[in-house]
Amino acid sequence: MSTSTGRKFIGLVVINSERCKGCEICVSFCPTGAIVMSRDFNSKGYHYPEFKHPEKCTGCGLCGLYCPDFAIYGYREKVE
Amino acid sequence: MSVTTYRENPVEQFLRTDRMPHIWCPGCGIGTSVNCFARAVLECGIPLDKLAIVSGIGCTGRVAGYLRLDSFHTTHGRAIPFATGLKLANPELSVVVYSGDGDLAAIGGNHLIHAARRNMDIKVICVNNFNYGMTGGQVAPTTHFGRLATTTPYGSPEIPFNLPHLVASCGAVFVARWTTYHVVQLQRSMVKALKKKGFAFIEVLAPCPTLYMRRNRLGSSVDMMKLFKEKSVVKHGIDTKEVAITNYEDPIIVGEFVDTERPTWLDNYNEIMKKRLGDKYVPWGVNNG
Repeated sequence: MSTSTGRKFIGLVVINSERCKGCEICVSFCPTGAIVMSRDFNSKGYHYPEFKHPEKCTGCGLCGLYCPDFAIYGYREKVE
Repeated sequence: MSVTTYRENPVEQFLRTDRMPHIWCPGCGIGTSVNCFARAVLECGIPLDKLAIVSGIGCTGRVAGYLRLDSFHTTHGRAIPFATGLKLANPELSVVVYSGDGDLAAIGGNHLIHAARRNMDIKVICVNNFNYGMTGGQVAPTTHFGRLATTTPYGSPEIPFNLPHLVASCGAVFVARWTTYHVVQLQRSMVKALKKKGFAFIEVLAPCPTLYMRRNRLGSSVDMMKLFKEKSVVKHGIDTKEVAITNYEDPIIVGEFVDTERPTWLDNYNEIMKKRLGDKYVPWGVNNG
């Protein structure tokens, strides 16, 4: 099976919103624009990113490499 | 499409998660470099009980406290002397000094050049954020010419250090410079440095959004990352004389500048002692030093 775009995998992003400090590096450097800043706040009062467009995500994992707060991690999962 | 299993970040196992969130400011580049370092340790497969991290004082000095590895937080500027002692007492260990530009180049400058001259088998990762971050943004030996700092309110009159040239001319066997924008390349260089025998030095240029950039009206850390992207030029093996960054607008030359071989201090010591004492001398740390 494959996704609607013909890929054999899907990209996934796990966000730990409580660790985020809202620097927006992940959102600025996401190559496909799959993550956007949320309008909500975490308990420290920072806006955190939101995995808004999962269909755009290629699972490159760049967000997880750039994150200075270890709050986000992107990876690829095979489609069964 | 529903997904039931969420994977954990592989970096998580190297962090003392009970201390998170860390004290670094939003957008600080130190976290990104730690991220790359943890992935490099994972990639090169070094046993974790054979790895020790030594940090000095400063924002980057906090790295030793946040990594779940054998680590020591030393006094200001003395990370390299401590690491030298650690390496010589237990040559099996792979010793990494993780510290900032103020700690390594200013107060610990003398130790840096002498460890490079001796070719002590330690790996030095220097996170250069262009000022003294933790103490309130004083001028550092790496501050750009003419930029504001707490102690230079009319602009810094000093020409900054060219750190790769300094350590390369002292005899380091591996010298690289990357920015926090070049995460994949930085990770690769860290793997190379961990596998290298001898004094390896990696300079990581990082944004300091709260003190340096705000005082100089340079924007946020995303702006500096974009500047790194635009201004950086990759030149492997270039003469380190040409990689100085004097002004903020200068092109940033990154890459692996030096990669040579040279006997380490322990090799030379064993050779000298062997020559003098003959068979009576038992070489120290030859299998893995």
